[in-house]
Amino acid sequence: MSAVIIARHARTPAERFKDAAWVAFVALLLGIPMVGLTTVDQGGALTVQTRFGMLGAFVGVSFVGRFIFRWIIDQFRNRRAAKAAVAKVDRTPQVIKLIGWVVLGASVTMPIMFSDNRYVIDTATTVLIYVMLGWGLNVVVGLAGLLDLGYVAFYAVGAYTYALLFSHFGWTFWEALPVAGAMAATFGILLGYPILRLRGDYLAIVTLGFGEIIRVILVNWTELSNGPNGIGSIPRPTLFGLPFDRNPAEGTQTFATFFGIEFSGMHRIIFLYYLILVLALLTNVFVSRLRKLPVGRAWEALREDEIACKAMGMNVTNVKLSAFAIGAMLGGFAGVFFAARQGFISPESFTFTESATILAIVVLGGMGSQMGVVLAALVLVLLPELGRNFAEYRMLLFGTAMVLIMVWKPSGLLSSREPTIRLNKAAATGGQP
Amino acid sequence: MSAATLLSVENLTMRFGGLTAIDDLSVSVPAGKITAIIGPNGAGKTTFFNCLTGFYKPTTGSVRLTHPKKGDMRLETMTGHRVARDAQVVRTFQNIRLFPKMTVLENLIVAQHNFLQDASRFSIAGIFRLPSYRRAEAEALKIAAHWLDRLGLTDIADVAAGDLPYGTQRRIEIARALCVDPVLLCLDEPAAGLNPRESAELNTLLLSLCREEGIAILLIEHDMSVVMNVSDHICVLNYGRKIAEGTPEHIRNDPQVIKAYLGEDDEETASGEIAA
Repeated sequence: MSAVIIARHARTPAERFKDAAWVAFVALLLGIPMVGLTTVDQGGALTVQTRFGMLGAFVGVSFVGRFIFRWIIDQFRNRRAAKAAVAKVDRTPQVIKLIGWVVLGASVTMPIMFSDNRYVIDTATTVLIYVMLGWGLNVVVGLAGLLDLGYVAFYAVGAYTYALLFSHFGWTFWEALPVAGAMAATFGILLGYPILRLRGDYLAIVTLGFGEIIRVILVNWTELSNGPNGIGSIPRPTLFGLPFDRNPAEGTQTFATFFGIEFSGMHRIIFLYYLILVLALLTNVFVSRLRKLPVGRAWEALREDEIACKAMGMNVTNVKLSAFAIGAMLGGFAGVFFAARQGFISPESFTFTESATILAIVVLGGMGSQMGVVLAALVLVLLPELGRNFAEYRMLLFGTAMVLIMVWKPSGLLSSREPTIRLNKAAATGGQP
Repeated sequence: MSAATLLSVENLTMRFGGLTAIDDLSVSVPAGKITAIIGPNGAGKTTFFNCLTGFYKPTTGSVRLTHPKKGDMRLETMTGHRVARDAQVVRTFQNIRLFPKMTVLENLIVAQHNFLQDASRFSIAGIFRLPSYRRAEAEALKIAAHWLDRLGLTDIADVAAGDLPYGTQRRIEIARALCVDPVLLCLDEPAAGLNPRESAELNTLLLSLCREEGIAILLIEHDMSVVMNVSDHICVLNYGRKIAEGTPEHIRNDPQVIKAYLGEDDEETASGEIAA
């Protein structure tokens, strides 16, 4: 017990000495049977011999090693404490803003720099899908504080709505997009109603079940969804009616012929990248704006204290349902894009693992932080990709990285919260004498 | 009592299974005055508040509010948020319930949710920041700034409410309730955890709210220095029943009250305690 306390607070040389002595004592206790005694085969009989020299060295190394190790840790801690005392001004909001602009600049110019590298742009597109999903789930989990483990259901609803609207009625991407969003929002409200009274763990379990129900329906209702075989040949989105095909159909133009450039398969990949970038940015603007509106403040208030919300005359039912509906709608939009990008969807794409990944992005990023979602999506999608060289150790590395991040930043990568309204700013524009 | 009755509670009973928390209670709260509800722990005071403000549905009895503008309302038939929104009966909580991660100003703006939500027209006017919404937001900000100033919170308006000291949080909760524009303000132990200087300030605040703004106040409190100094009318509960009612002087000398508070044998100490 005392050793633990010493180890935590050792700052003075005397304390460090005591700490190292304690470690050496433990080393001695362990060392006697492990190092100090050894069995030797002497003419067919085992005899015990002592190795006090080696034991002494073992204990000595433990002592010196611990002393130096402790000294290094203390140096590090002192420096950090000194730094914290000096830099007390909180510049986090400015830093976040700066990171935001850098990331935006990088994401806009990225396809130009890597215009012939399909792998990079494909991966970046995947990151952006997760960013968009993360921003959608952020409304439900980060702002409204409703733990949703079945978010992938709305993603699936969006994707299947587009696939079915196409295969039955021949709808295009742009026609299906708003309808799929509305469809997902409807499902969000359908899920929201029965779980209005639930919170915390219970809410998580029901949403988890909901996600599974949607997946199981998609697997088994073969007439509707074609079951596990999925739905294929979903058309790619067009640029204002210009498809990205190699050979234009009779009397129509493609992207390449319209602009008079040579056809390249990369055009479509880059177009898809910019499309999801625009969708994600619109999502971001939309959610950031909503956060500063009464409905957004109500979400956050709901997360903070539901009973106080009621006492303020807030209709908690509407607040919860609006959070579910808007979160679901954004997930639905992302689903439509996913279907259009893959060209083929099956229930296999919408497993619980997806929900868990999206939730991990929101939590790892820092609940409610828009910028945090971007960073976390980068980490969560890129880490497994970068780890491909490590083959079977990939997921192990991934897990270790997650654990390390949570140890280092328990409340997420970017957990600071920017107020939605400030008095001082308002007073300044109001004109002070 | 010359003042008109604002709230009249008749034969209110609240049972939880076999336990009767409030037993046939009839109380009337005058408009523009401060009424205190006192009683030993477990007397049913907070349950009474929960019944008034729609958090519990009373087993029997009626709670009638004579709203100065909207006429008669039956609070016992209304659900939680409608009591605050439509009847403008607003409460605070015994164990402070702020929105801790939001700033003080945001807490006060959230209290004006219904007004702003209507102005944002399903968030559409809000998303595009149309002038109608911006005007409404400026007005809400003005109301918030008024109460911040009134309760001495202007300097800390942009600080997260949960980071502030306990006494300040109590004031924020009152400021937030005031932003709902109450006709009746129900305060559940507003002086709990305050030091003597803070509770003296609370007295001044309550008196000025009542005299200047004309807000009727219903108060649950154990701190006798608050109750005896500000109340116009006191109602004493014990085991869910009303055992006495009247002016502070009357209550101070009521033998029933003294008995309820300190038992039968120590009458002298008891009257000293209550009078303190």
